[in-house]
Amino acid sequence: MSGIVVEIGGMPVCLTTDDPALVEMLEDRYAGFTTTHPVAEPLQLRIDLVPGLASGADDVRVTRTNGRWLFERSDFVAEWWPQSGQGTLRQALANPYSVDTVLRILHSVTLVPQGGFLLHAASAIRNGRAFVFSGISGAGKTTISRLAPPDVTLLSDEISYIRPCEGRYCAFGTPFAGELAKVGENVNAPLDTVYLLAQGPENRRDPVTPAEAARALLRNILFFAEDPKLVELVFRAALDCVARVPVYRLTFVPDPSVWETIG
Amino acid sequence: MSLYVARSSAIAARVLDGEMIVMSTRDSTLFTLNETATEIWQAADGRTPLEEIAGRLSEKFEVEPDAALRDAEECCRKLAERGILVVSEEPIA
Repeated sequence: MSGIVVEIGGMPVCLTTDDPALVEMLEDRYAGFTTTHPVAEPLQLRIDLVPGLASGADDVRVTRTNGRWLFERSDFVAEWWPQSGQGTLRQALANPYSVDTVLRILHSVTLVPQGGFLLHAASAIRNGRAFVFSGISGAGKTTISRLAPPDVTLLSDEISYIRPCEGRYCAFGTPFAGELAKVGENVNAPLDTVYLLAQGPENRRDPVTPAEAARALLRNILFFAEDPKLVELVFRAALDCVARVPVYRLTFVPDPSVWETIG
Repeated sequence: MSLYVARSSAIAARVLDGEMIVMSTRDSTLFTLNETATEIWQAADGRTPLEEIAGRLSEKFEVEPDAALRDAEECCRKLAERGILVVSEEPIA
């Protein structure tokens, strides 16, 4: 049994498997997010390859029973025990796709009780400040990432990682890439502004009401579980965030000048 | 016959900048309540008859008591359909 430690958002997860080829794939997939230094009590996920499971075209199902999480799709079945920080993943093939989905779910259910969340959003750091650009598919997350000037560090063009840290909110880089197919940098910074993306005839930013901001954020938070307690925590996390972080609607034309409006 | 209304336990709610945001914890549906619905939501303790709540609405919004009661009943029916309120002919513990 060998493995790697993947650390996203400051949360290390040790992935172990008997399959050396899968370890190599995971090292490649999570390059920049693996750590070789000793980590105190990382979460543990054991991966077993189980022939016979189908391909993963269906929706993922996430449920919690008696303290145990179950993540299921046709290509994998994962069990997770949050009390012990351990879990198992049985997947069909030696590829990183099932692991990637399970890591997203694992982070989302682990992050929410800490007041954080994964958001459908691009994010980036400029001058030590993090900016998040949220929107549905087609809103411009990839475009805004592609237009970023050289002094901007991209955290993600698809899934942003936001959680409280040191009395404020911080955005962390993630390896969860979108259309750019480029993983983010494994760095973080205090969250300065959340932008709700809209493409239009000019670059401008307009304030939105806290209620509108909360609704937009809640629509775009990545959340899989049908679990009332966790849904309530997501609600609280989103509302706490918009109460403390400025939120604007960013209308932009797809050229680099938009970054002059961002800050 | 009096009606009694109580907040559903499967709801998370918070006032944000004067707007009541409500989320169903069963299916994550999100609602924003208008002023009347917010007043009813805040008064929905399961013990206060709806007539009494409607009386407060009548004074606050300066509408006839009968009209306020009809509006309150209609509002409660809609909120109950969405799982936000529970409506009963008996006080709700």
